[in-house]
Amino acid sequence: MKAVGKPLRAVAGSIRSRARQGDDGGFRQYVVYLAFVSILAVFALFLWDDGFLSTSNLLNIGRQAAPIAVMAVGMAFALASAEIDLSVGSTVALSSLVAAVVVGDHGFLAGAAAAVATGVVVGLFNGLITVKVRIPSFLVTLGTLGIISGIARNVNNLQSMPIRDDTFSALFGAGSLGPVSSLVVWTIIVFALGHFALHHLRWGRHVLATGANRESANASGLNTDRIRVSALVASATAAAFAGVLLAGRLAIGRHDLGENDLLTVIAAVVIGGTSLFGGRASIAGAVTGAVIMAMLNNGLILMGLEVADQLIARGVIIILAVALSMRAPQES
Amino acid sequence: MTAPALEVRNLSKAFRAVQALDGVSLDLHRGRVTALLGDNGAGKSTLVKCLAGIYQPDSGTISIDGAEHRISSPDVARSLGVESVHQDLSLIDTLNVAENLFLNREYTRGGWFGSRLGLLHKRRMQEECGETLARLGIALPSLRKPVGLLSGGQRQAIAIGRAVAWGQRIVLLDEPAAALGVEQARRVLDLIRTLRDANVAVLLITHNMDRVTAVCDTAVVLRRGRKTAEADVSRVTQDDLVAFITGARTTESPAREPQRGLSR
Repeated sequence: MKAVGKPLRAVAGSIRSRARQGDDGGFRQYVVYLAFVSILAVFALFLWDDGFLSTSNLLNIGRQAAPIAVMAVGMAFALASAEIDLSVGSTVALSSLVAAVVVGDHGFLAGAAAAVATGVVVGLFNGLITVKVRIPSFLVTLGTLGIISGIARNVNNLQSMPIRDDTFSALFGAGSLGPVSSLVVWTIIVFALGHFALHHLRWGRHVLATGANRESANASGLNTDRIRVSALVASATAAAFAGVLLAGRLAIGRHDLGENDLLTVIAAVVIGGTSLFGGRASIAGAVTGAVIMAMLNNGLILMGLEVADQLIARGVIIILAVALSMRAPQES
Repeated sequence: MTAPALEVRNLSKAFRAVQALDGVSLDLHRGRVTALLGDNGAGKSTLVKCLAGIYQPDSGTISIDGAEHRISSPDVARSLGVESVHQDLSLIDTLNVAENLFLNREYTRGGWFGSRLGLLHKRRMQEECGETLARLGIALPSLRKPVGLLSGGQRQAIAIGRAVAWGQRIVLLDEPAAALGVEQARRVLDLIRTLRDANVAVLLITHNMDRVTAVCDTAVVLRRGRKTAEADVSRVTQDDLVAFITGARTTESPAREPQRGLSR
């Protein structure tokens, strides 16, 4: 116990001292990793006999987390720019259907490309209405959420569309690289792209500046309209790619894929240290948040909780984690 | 004297029913500091925001080095060599000092491709930020802290430092010393003199008459959106300036001053 206690104290101490310096958002950035480790430890302890830590279960968690994580990376950009994208869930569904339709006639590559392009179009629509008509993105994307859900229901009259293309399924879901599911590989790629874009590209910095203070960003000569549109395009494109991954895993396109994911995605991103009000974002945090969500889902099921109790437990844990991640450190 | 660095002619700007600027004309010259004076609501900040590309004037012209320009955005103003510090600072609280100093002027690396992609050259910006602030005598505890965690005076110093560092031809300062202590305010005056000696045209908005007499060559007074006085600072007293600001006196033609019943 002593041997474990020392490094733990060291970690806690370094977190505290970093929080005191207040560099780059401080304490709240690390809450997500503490939450991750605590939840992992609790489940590992209580679900040892149920095989929570077994390779197959961990891979299962990874597969479940993948689409949420991809959506979370996109949503982090929308929130960073002080916008929000409520249409991600319906974009997932439409994208999966577009993939199913196009893969059948034109092959796996065209199918994936068309699905992702669907996301670009949705994002452009969301963004342009938001900046040109000057409607808050909250309301615009609430509208598109309905519109896209409706379109998705009409594509195949509420029926699933099977995808009978082995390459598509292998590449975007069923396949694996060594022991690692291709879903996880794609998630790592999307994470790397998102992290790089946010922290190492001019665009990412401009998204953060716009989200933190649009007037000041404008006064500095930034085209904040274009930046806000691009952030919403990033969000919808990532959601569309998540749709490709779900379509690949399930080998179908269906109107209700992703339908219930919106709040999970937002919770994942916010637990990860991204501000709901713009200007601060963490891609690594968003992905970790998505893994936490998948872990909770999996662990609570393994614990044998009823669906109703799962919902309650998940809600309580999310509120706790968000409360912690939004709290600024007390010391000045 | 050579052509003015900045020539404003008959600039007007209304916000709904309020005529914020009403036919204002003004010259700024290289190597000279012009004070822009006036009571609250006189139109000073509106004028500066028109020159900085934040507002579009309804009518009138703006010429820079003799050529007329439409300053359609802050980006255009910057590219014409016009730098400004606004009352509301224009810093981004969540970005650090270097990120603010280089906002929208980021250095990139990786050659042509890197510059198209916007690949940030963070180390170069961090280093150059440190050098610039040291050269300007601005001392900060950390360049890596988000500026929102710095004091009001430090933030003010960064905003001014940014304008001074990039100011090529024309620098517009809206109340730059308002939030500063005595020592820091003196530093700002030194920075203004540095700019003047570097042959930059400076416009300084302030309510502090001591600062006007300390660094300014010319004073221009606005009242209710009109220019009511223009004077050589060395030829007038501070009392004269206050009389111009309150409207008790004017140097412009009487016809332009609205009749208000009181004798001047």
